[in-house]
Amino acid sequence: MRGPGEFWLFLSTSPLFWLALTLGAYVAADALAARTGRHPAVNPVLLTVAGVGAVLLATGTSHQTYFAGAQFINVLLGPATVAFAVPILRHRSAIRRNLPAIAATLAAGTTTGVVSAVLLAKLFGGGQALVASVAPKSVTAPIAMGISREIGGLPELTAVVVIATGITGAVLVTPLMDALGIRDWRARGFAAGLAAHGIGTARALQVNPVAGTFAGLALALNGLVTALAAPLLFRLF
Amino acid sequence: MLRAFVVIVCFQFAGEALSRLAGLPVPGPVVGLALLVLAALAWPALQREVEEVADTLLRHLSLLFVPAGVGVLQYLDLMRSEWLPLLAVVVVSTALTLAVSALAFTAVSRRGRGGDTGA
Repeated sequence: MRGPGEFWLFLSTSPLFWLALTLGAYVAADALAARTGRHPAVNPVLLTVAGVGAVLLATGTSHQTYFAGAQFINVLLGPATVAFAVPILRHRSAIRRNLPAIAATLAAGTTTGVVSAVLLAKLFGGGQALVASVAPKSVTAPIAMGISREIGGLPELTAVVVIATGITGAVLVTPLMDALGIRDWRARGFAAGLAAHGIGTARALQVNPVAGTFAGLALALNGLVTALAAPLLFRLF
Repeated sequence: MLRAFVVIVCFQFAGEALSRLAGLPVPGPVVGLALLVLAALAWPALQREVEEVADTLLRHLSLLFVPAGVGVLQYLDLMRSEWLPLLAVVVVSTALTLAVSALAFTAVSRRGRGGDTGA
């Protein structure tokens, strides 16, 4: 191997390089987020995507080349979805105690999340693929991407909308709940997990342990309910 | 630990197979999630077996979004031309979902228990 040009050619076509870059960028972004006291605006996912994306654009690397390395991370989304069984099992006595409120909130919140997203996207002139991509926006990414693929959306666009929704929800939840005069931590947490999945759940955990528990519950249950209801709601609206 | 990962992947595979064979409108991994919950309710040892690996996967859930998030570079043109519906959905629909969920929860739990702050 002679010269930096040749060395770069070797690096940039090696899946290992893009895997290492993604992992390294994430570790750095997560450390930065921790240093700001997990400020909602300093989101590790957003920082990593922006950093890796900038490298790809600057070097003119194709998505196919990048994904040859990144697929090893992406493939874990399936097992991560199955792993949500553990928090559901852990909170099963809390689920049983608050069953009426949980069932009613899931019905109202899931419907609002999907229907308002579909109607707003149509109202502001979104095309068919865009409308399908935003419908599952309040659900955790692995489940949302599966739903999006199912109803004819673009899973990658869904992932970005899901992340943007999570960050927005985590920033909005505290001022919005205060404005509505809602002081019940179960309700505040459940709303955060239902509307803003994992990022909303992380926020709720920082604020109050009861809110955190109910957020985790809502995140897992909304994933299941939306997966079942979204294709039907999408067809209706 | 390796055994727990095998258990999780097997449940995912069972979910994918069931979803495909029965023609369910639900993604395979979600069916796998439901199967694991049911199986662990029948055999509690299963929950202890997978707990550590499941917690590790969920702790680093943010990392797993990254490859998909980077994939949006392929859709920059679409985002540039459709920024208005995207922004409307992300801000308005998220705020609406938060408000409706919290109001529904307090309304129902108050009726059931005569006002419990639960904190």
